[in-house]
Amino acid sequence: MTQQIPIQDGLFTWPSAQPELLGSRCDHCGEASFPSQPDCRNCGSRETSVVPIGSRGTLWTWTIQSFMPKDPYRSDETPETFTPYGVGYVEMPGGVRVESRLQLPEGEKPEIGMSLDLVIEPFRTEEDGTQIMMFSFKPTEE
Amino acid sequence: MQFAYGGSQDAGNADALVNELGLTGLQFTNIWNGCATGGSSLNAAYTAIKSGEYDLGVVVGFDKHPRGAFNPKPAEWGLDDWYGEAGMMLTTQFFAMKTQRYMHDHGITNDALVRVAEKAFHNGSLTPTAWRRQALSYDEIASSMMVSDPLRKYMFCSPAEGGAALILCDAKIAKRYTSNPIYLSAAAVRTRHYGSFEVFSPSQPMQVADAPTVTASKAAFELAGLGPEDIDVLQLQDTDSGTEIIHMAENGFCEHGDQEKLLRDGATRIDGSLPINTDGGCLANGEPVGASGLRQVHEICVQLRGDGGARQVPGNPKVGYTHVYGAPGISGVNILTV
Ligand SMILES: [Zn+2]
Repeated sequence: MTQQIPIQDGLFTWPSAQPELLGSRCDHCGEASFPSQPDCRNCGSRETSVVPIGSRGTLWTWTIQSFMPKDPYRSDETPETFTPYGVGYVEMPGGVRVESRLQLPEGEKPEIGMSLDLVIEPFRTEEDGTQIMMFSFKPTEE
Repeated sequence: MQFAYGGSQDAGNADALVNELGLTGLQFTNIWNGCATGGSSLNAAYTAIKSGEYDLGVVVGFDKHPRGAFNPKPAEWGLDDWYGEAGMMLTTQFFAMKTQRYMHDHGITNDALVRVAEKAFHNGSLTPTAWRRQALSYDEIASSMMVSDPLRKYMFCSPAEGGAALILCDAKIAKRYTSNPIYLSAAAVRTRHYGSFEVFSPSQPMQVADAPTVTASKAAFELAGLGPEDIDVLQLQDTDSGTEIIHMAENGFCEHGDQEKLLRDGATRIDGSLPINTDGGCLANGEPVGASGLRQVHEICVQLRGDGGARQVPGNPKVGYTHVYGAPGISGVNILTV
């Protein structure tokens, strides 16, 4: 069986049937951050807790990345196979806007306010066959 | 000279210059502060003279970047590698997303984005030292390749090469060196607050705070005892068309949303009521990171001395303003007078 590991530990619950993003919440002021961090950017408190911040959100802003980024971008693509991808900030129920790649139907532009769902999918495959798993968002299917 | 501050991102330490120019033993401090490097070098010199430690020095900035978009390394910005590997660490994306949201909130249309670039390349065509000296038509800009929606190829500045230097002295002795000195009435540098929307941010708080540009601008106006209505000519960081539009309001020169009409009416052209980026800004001069902030100040000096030639703002401008913004959320503002 193919081994699958997250691109970074602690970004999302994995493996999980219903994965969620993981952030941190300040024990003092209640502000949330993604990824989780030990100190609070808002009040400077050193007491924060890792919390799930949700799997469905709404789009706050977006763009389309139309050219293949240079290093440190690391996907399986070549300049020939590169396909433009969406990037946006997604407002999560946990009270924070998370920057994410967006998976959009070909040729469709996203819309501010649209509902999006978290997906965890292989992003690239290492030489030994290990799949690197990454989070992204897709339009909610009704 | 008694001291120097200098900055460069990709062209080596600024003080390597003295190997070419001659060794003097004087204090030379390298400054590196992202796109705000020039503003920060000038601020350091301003502070050194104001403190009384020195009364004459030089500020220098230069750069030469590889072609194409900047490709910063996550670790240098306190981020983990996944953020860059996944393709989210691009300044172009940030400026596009900030512009996208701004257009949505304040009713700015693509027309305004095109007009900013059209003005920039027109002004560049009048500026002998500009990097792009060819004016572009509205249609050429509006139909250029989409780079990062809503921003097209000719709406972005390009990393380029260039340099700039300024000589500063105590105002009391300025007449010893020149018959028409320009006075630095205010220099202010500020950083981001919790809640301001900044480049290289894997997440943003829901609460919204003023951008560092807003706080730097207010601080500079207070220091100078002047307001936006007193400014005759200005330079605003125009990494891209959208950013110039946003910076017009963040620096206090109009209300959010008023840019659409101001641009349509030509207010920001050289002969308008609010001349912005009279030398073509970053769009026409490229972005040599270490030099850009100082190029802006140089252009204001040219304008205030009436040396602008074909791009001279009419009516003998007396007060000028410069503004830079850089990653990861730094702004520098200067106010200059004659
Ligand atoms: Zn807190």
